[in-house]
Formats: sequence, structure tokens, C-alpha cells
Amino acid sequence: MLIDIKEANKKAFDAIQAAQPIIKGIGTCLDTVPGMKQNLILHAGPPITWERMSGPLRGAVMGALIYEGFAKTPEEAEKVAASDKIEYSPWHEHDGVGPMAGVASASMPVWIVENKTNKKCTYCTLNEGLGKVLRFGAYSEEVITRLKWMEKTLGPVIKAAIPFMPEINLKNMVAQVLQMGDEAHNRNKAGTSLLIRELAPAVIKTDFSAEDKIKVLEFVNSNDHFFLNLSMPAAKAILQSAEWIEGSTLVTTMCRNGTDFGIRVAGLKEQWFTGPAQIVKGLLFPGFEETDCNPDIGDSAITETCGFGGFAMAAAPAIVKFVGGVAGDAINYTKKMYEITEGESQSFQIPILDFRGSPQGIDILKVCEKQILPQINTGIAHKKSGIGQVGAGLVNPPMKCFEDALQAYVDKYCD
Amino acid sequence: MSNLKDFFGKKVKVINLGIPSFADDLKRQNVEVIHTDWRPPAGGNKKIQALLDKVETWQNKVNAAKGAK
Amino acid sequence: MVVSHLVKKQTYFDSVTLMLIGSQVKKLDGIENAVVGMCTDYNIDSLKRLDMYHPDFDSLTPNDLIIAIKGSDEKTAKAAIAEVETRLTSKKKSSESAQLVPTNQEAAAKQLADANMVLISVPGEYAAREARIALNAGRHAMLFSDNVSIEEELELKTLGTEKGLLVMGPDCGTAIINGVPLAFSNAVRSGNIGLVAASGTGLQEVTSTIHRLGCGITQAIGVGGRDLSEKIGGKMTIMATKALIEDPETKVIVLVSKPPAESVLKNLMSEIKNANKPVVIYFIGADPKLIEAQGFTAAKNLEDAAVQACKLSTGKSYEPEFSDAKIDEMSKKIKLPTGNLRGLYSGGTLCDEAQRILRTSLPEIYSNTPVKGCKDMKDVYKSEGNCIIDLGDDVFTRGKAHPMIDPDNRAQRMIQEISDKSVNMILFDVVLGYGSHTDMAGEMVEAINKGKKASGNNPVMAACICGTQDDMQGYSNQAAKLEDAGVIVFPTNVAMVKFAQKCLERK
Repeated sequence: MLIDIKEANKKAFDAIQAAQPIIKGIGTCLDTVPGMKQNLILHAGPPITWERMSGPLRGAVMGALIYEGFAKTPEEAEKVAASDKIEYSPWHEHDGVGPMAGVASASMPVWIVENKTNKKCTYCTLNEGLGKVLRFGAYSEEVITRLKWMEKTLGPVIKAAIPFMPEINLKNMVAQVLQMGDEAHNRNKAGTSLLIRELAPAVIKTDFSAEDKIKVLEFVNSNDHFFLNLSMPAAKAILQSAEWIEGSTLVTTMCRNGTDFGIRVAGLKEQWFTGPAQIVKGLLFPGFEETDCNPDIGDSAITETCGFGGFAMAAAPAIVKFVGGVAGDAINYTKKMYEITEGESQSFQIPILDFRGSPQGIDILKVCEKQILPQINTGIAHKKSGIGQVGAGLVNPPMKCFEDALQAYVDKYCD
Repeated sequence: MSNLKDFFGKKVKVINLGIPSFADDLKRQNVEVIHTDWRPPAGGNKKIQALLDKVETWQNKVNAAKGAK
Repeated sequence: MVVSHLVKKQTYFDSVTLMLIGSQVKKLDGIENAVVGMCTDYNIDSLKRLDMYHPDFDSLTPNDLIIAIKGSDEKTAKAAIAEVETRLTSKKKSSESAQLVPTNQEAAAKQLADANMVLISVPGEYAAREARIALNAGRHAMLFSDNVSIEEELELKTLGTEKGLLVMGPDCGTAIINGVPLAFSNAVRSGNIGLVAASGTGLQEVTSTIHRLGCGITQAIGVGGRDLSEKIGGKMTIMATKALIEDPETKVIVLVSKPPAESVLKNLMSEIKNANKPVVIYFIGADPKLIEAQGFTAAKNLEDAAVQACKLSTGKSYEPEFSDAKIDEMSKKIKLPTGNLRGLYSGGTLCDEAQRILRTSLPEIYSNTPVKGCKDMKDVYKSEGNCIIDLGDDVFTRGKAHPMIDPDNRAQRMIQEISDKSVNMILFDVVLGYGSHTDMAGEMVEAINKGKKASGNNPVMAACICGTQDDMQGYSNQAAKLEDAGVIVFPTNVAMVKFAQKCLERK
């Protein structure tokens, strides 16, 4: 076949610029997410079996099984998880994303984000907060209780509030937070603040009890990362516009399941290219050591794939405190990413770089040629389930993913 | 097919790959030269280099076909 | 002794820059050895051999830089590492000050759209690929790089001849194209002599002599040492010579090379048989009668090739700058005691030429690159008997830049030879021009003075300067430095070697 790569990538890049992801609503996972089943567990990263799952992901699966009623105790949950009663599938194959372990099950409420340009939707769970939470592999009673509250109160209240809110364009909101010191992956304080500003009056207007409304707003307010679970599906919706443009070498997915790192490429429909998830290098919270860390995990690398997160580190110099550097390092990390991307985002501008558009559209050809890997900054989970976050730092995908993708591309197209 | 003889008398314009002083010497003589901060392609990975070369050859074919239209 | 190291990932510099810095840092007090290089198989072997390897290097790639220093103590070694970094930073700054410095040929071509020549001096394993990219883009290629396989050379020259594009090399150090000196070349005026040579220093010697005799050139095309081998078949030599035959500006053609393979010679002769202009041929070491039989002018040596070419260029008569009579007079002043002659050459062809001339005057000559009739040195690092040494040969340039760029190896050897009581005469070449060291004469003089002072010996010192008055080092300045140090200076290698011959005759 005769395809001009430049044209194919331009088509993909233009589609990405044209995307307009908005908050559409809240739905129940089983009813809303394509291909969802009662016994299906969705997870972050590329496909994986129970046997290969790392601590945090296993813990999250066990917690979800207890929450859904498949098991009463953790021991029972482990047995059920390993049996053929339960199926597993990556969120990415169901138009969604999940942070850290990213586990979602049938009864959970999910955000619905719609790309107005192509009418396609993407999904993500609501963020539980910090500490002992399902996404870090915790499955204690406290976790299950919270999940139930989210299902019975948080989800419904926000669902009812949405019609009272003006339409929220998440691309624009991310663009705004980049000018407020966030990068919408590891720093979401501004995003959550902007969101609660819209949410609060709308929640008040709903018909729920004052107590419920208070609890909902206090919940959102207490969790800086609430916005992450919207920036991620927004990024997914944006990148989905480029799937699956023939001949394009742009990356539409970067994700990890705690064991493997996986990427997908626009011109290589639905193919996964995996390699070992790397150990994150950064600053650990007091009391923790390198040996405590789980390898890289989560779908949150979708933010970098979309040109913010670690790619927009120059907009969030405060992040470098977590990664042990100086403010100038943040700028350099972003600058380097221009070498491996297709173009500059028309929406995500970075003030310190004279409002230059962020590097967007990772090109596997450039990654392979220059041997420069995409830069991700991310949280670090304890390798044992249930303990939670132990630090934050910098990590890259393994080069293998890009090299395998290049081989597949050559096999498919170059005759 | 061009003839080497036709090149005689033309202005020489150089791309320098490697030793920087070669480019410096040419600059000193006011010869148009561009020095390249050359490094091994694909970080020295021959397998990847070969794949990238295949892509380039394919794209040259595509462009040639376009030009022929 | 302590070994310290520093690794700089994804930091690439060309090998010459790195070797020069390593060479300079090695001279610092308390430093026994310095290895500054990219993480290539070759450098890894060197580090292991020198007991300077470290497990930190296991995971590195050829794009990662290693600085390894062996010093008297840790403080000294670390200070040396810091010194290397300083020198590297100043190199990088000067290359980064231009904002968009391209990192490959394609990017460079975007900035110089009508580039028509690519000068390639990257490591051999990548050189052929760069040449292919150049040819496919319609650009001529000069391959300074060596360690290119003969198969790759054949492929490139086949492609080049199809497109009418030059493939000069591999291992081509000298060319002057359309008046532009490339790599190691001298400032030579333009005129009507066109040259094709399979030898870098050979081409430098002939073109410089042509200039000094008052004539000039149209083109000096290097074709690389293997062009006239059976496998390559003289592809570039034939294409270049044909072009010069057709070129109205060229009135005389000069060919310089080792004797071609039999089949190639036949082919070459038939191609140039009907040349409508005179051709001077110097097939190094071949019987001149062979060439004269074909109707061409045969040169006896490099100096003679220049003299013959000038005669045919203007129709006037020319003589070598130092006549046989003058050389004879000069030799009368020398009383050579019994002893050994040593030759320290940076130019391989000049080393060969010296051996060829002197093999009739000396019973035995040893060399690391012996010509027919001369013998292999038992130990190239220790001279025994009469030795004429090519310090530019691979054996001496492992991990060190060529002696025309970095005088250190030759300076050390100079001191060693002077300290040898058995040595009665030392010959050496000083090659000027682009690419060469800015003050080779000064470096050699420093070594000579050191050697004489330390040993009290005073062998006869003779040097030939390969260059022109227009070369940037300053021909007269270089000659004066040598003469002030008691070195007898000659305009050509032939003159210098004839002088040695005469001195030996008089013994």
C-alpha cells in the first residue's frame, strides 16, 4: 500500500486538535460501559492474567470482588479471582481508563465523557481519595464501605447535579489548569478547584438531603486528585479520534498494569506492544525504600500521551520537588519531548515557554530514531496491596514497546 | 544520468558529518558548509536502524509514485 | 594507582575530539592513563585491557560517553575527570550556540538545500550508509572514514558511477574539488593540471610541489587506496580520469597510485588511450617502462610527477627545487658516523617512498609497513637497525588521533630515537595545510630539544615540509623553527631522502 506517513500523521494530529471532550454524565458501569459484564473486572494497562498481577492490582481485584458480592473474605476473594468465574479486560478495550490499579466492576459509578466532534464516549471511575483506597490495592472494610457510599450517594448526587451545570469542556479546563501550575496528572489541585466551583451550586440545586450534599462536597474538596478521573477520560477521548488512521505512526495509548507497560499506535489497529513496567525513580515518603516500590502502574500515562502530564512539566515546576530536581529540570523535560512528537498542541499552552503549545502526538519513528523515551511523572504504589502511595517520581516506558511497534509497522506497510 | 564533468566549476556546498575541524576549515575559506552534530542513528542499534531505513525506502517509493502522477 | 570514572548518558562526541582531550589530560601530573570515549566494543576492550573497566559500563550504549582516569590517587583522578568535563562543555557550547544544529544528514540538507558534497568522517560501520544517503540524494561523497568493507565500497562506487557522482574513498584523506580543499589538503592555486590519486599524502606532496613550482590545478580527486584493486576495478579512477579528459580547463592529467591489478591496468589503459591530452602516471614502485610503452609519461617519484606535470602544463622547463648537485653539496658538510638511520613519518606514501629510494643504499631496512625488499620490524615500538616507520599506520592510531592531527606519539618516539646512541640520522615529514596541526614544527622541535638535552646525543636531523606558502601554518615560519633547532629542511621527501642517500655514500 502507498501511504504518505506525513499525511497520515497530519490527519491524526488534526483529529486530535478537533476533539471537544465534555462531561456528559454519570452512569453505572454495567449499563454504560461497552462490553461490560457482571463477572468482568476492568483494569489499567494492557491485558493481564491474575497469575501475573502485582500486589496493588491483586488487592484491588479482591476488593472489587468483595464489593460486588462474589466473595465475603479476602481469602475467598483470592480463590474466586483465580478461578474461571471471573474475566479480566483492559479498560482501554472498553473505551475507558483507570488510575493506578484502575479496577472497575459492574456496580461502580463512572464518569461519561463525550467527544462532541465525533459523538464517541469514554469512561472512568470516580476518584476515591488518598491513603487506603481500592486503586492502591486496599480491600479493607473501610474501602468497601466507601465504595458503597460512592455507588449509593456520590454517583447519584453528581449525576443529578450535572444538568444544573453549564457544559464543561474538559479540554479547555485542562488548558486552564496548565496555566495555574497543574499538569493534570500528578498535580490536580487547580483542576479540582475549578471543578468544585461549577459543581457546588449545581449540587445544592439537587433534591438530595443536606447531609448528603455536604458529604459529597466535603468529599470532593478533601481530594486534590478528584479532577484526575476527568482529565484521563478526556485525554482518552481526544486520542481516540486518531484511532485507527491507516499509516499513522502516532501513539494513542500508553498504560501500565503494574507488571507490563503497553502502547498502541494509530496505524496498528488494536495491537498491543508490551514490555516490562519500569521502577519509578523519585522521592519516597518517609519510612519507605526502593525495595518497597511496585513497578509503574495505571492508565494515567494517557495524559502524557495527550501532551500534558509529564509532557507539560514546564507548566508545573512544583512537581519537581517530588522528583528530586530543580525547577529548570521541569522545563528541560518538556523541551526534550518536542523531539519525539508530531506537533504542538493548539489548546495546551505553556506559559513559561512563551505560551508555546505542549509537545503532542508521540511518533514511534522519532522515538526509535532518536532513542528518546516519553517522560512520565507518576505516583509510586507500595508493592504490597493496601498500603497505598509511597512516593512520586519519573519513569519511562521500556524502549521495547516502540521497537516492537516499529517492527509491526514495517511488517504491515513496507513492501 | 549526469556527468561528473558538469560538476567541475560549480560552487561546492558541503555537509560535514563527523570531525568538526573539517567544517571549521571550510568556514574559514568562506565555503558554504553545514556541520552536523552527528551521532549513531537509532542510538547505535543496527536492527532499529535497518527498520527505519525500510520505512524511508518505502516513503521514497510513495513520494516517487506521487510525483509520477 | 586509582581508577575513577564518570558516565555521561546520551552524550555523543566524535572520536577525534574525545581522543584529543584524552591525550591532553593524560599529560597532567599524576595521571597514568585516560580513556575518553563512547561506549563502543572497541573502547570496552581497551578499558578491560588497561584494567580500567567498571561494571557501571555494562548497561551502556554507543551513545553513552565514558570518562575513565587512572591516577596516583582519587583526588587527582577526579580532578582530571573534572578537567575533561570542562573541555567537553566548551566544545558542546560552541556547537550548541547555533540553535538548530542538525544531528543527521537529512536534517542538515534541510538547512543547506543545494548541498552537493558530503564529507564523511564518522565511524566506519556507519560511513557506507551515510554515503548511500548522499548518493541517493544526488550529492557527491568523500569518505574520510576507513574500516568500510570492500563490498560496501564496490556497492557505493557502482552507484556513484551510475549517477556520475564522486565516491572519494574510503580512507580518502585529501581532495581539492573546484578549488575547495577538503579534509587534509593544502592551499594550492588553480591552474590546468588535473590529478587523480589513490593516496592522500601522495596527493598532498604532488599538489604542494606543483604550487611551489609556480603552476596550479583544476581538480585533485582522491579515490581511496583500494580503488585500483581487482574487486573495485578502478571504477572511480576511470570515471574521474574520463571527466578530466573531457574537462576543457584541464590540460594535463596526473595519476598517482600503487600499481593496479593486472586486469584493472588493462582496462584503465584502454580507457585513457585516446586521451587528447598528456597523462603523467606514477605507479608507485612499478617499472616506468611499462607506462612509457603505452605512450604516457612515467614519473620516477612524487616530486618528479609534479615536475613532469608542470613541464606539460606550460611548456616551460622545470627542475626539482633542490637539484641533485645542490643535495650533493649539502651532503659534503655531513660526516655520518656508523650507525642506524631512523625515519619517523606521518604520511604513509612518503614512508614508502623513502624505503624505495633507500633500499639500494642500506643493507637492511625495517618498517612497520615494509615495501618489497624491506623487512617487518620485530617490535614496532622499539627500533632496531635502520627503521623507517609510518606512525599513521593503524597499529599506532588505536585510540589515538592520526599523527598529522596529534603530534604526541611521534614526539615521544622522536625522543626515544634520539636517546638511542646507535642512531646517526633521523628523517621526518612535516605536513602542513588544512586539517593538520597548527604548529607541527614547533612540536617536533620541542621533542628534539628534549631528546638531545636528556641524552646528550646529536644525530643528524632532516625534515621535509609538505606544504605551500599559502598554508595557514606559515611555511617559512615552520621552516625557520626547524632550522633554528638544527634540522636541515627540504622541500620534498625525495630531496630529503636523496640527501640521506648521499650522506650514506660518503661514509
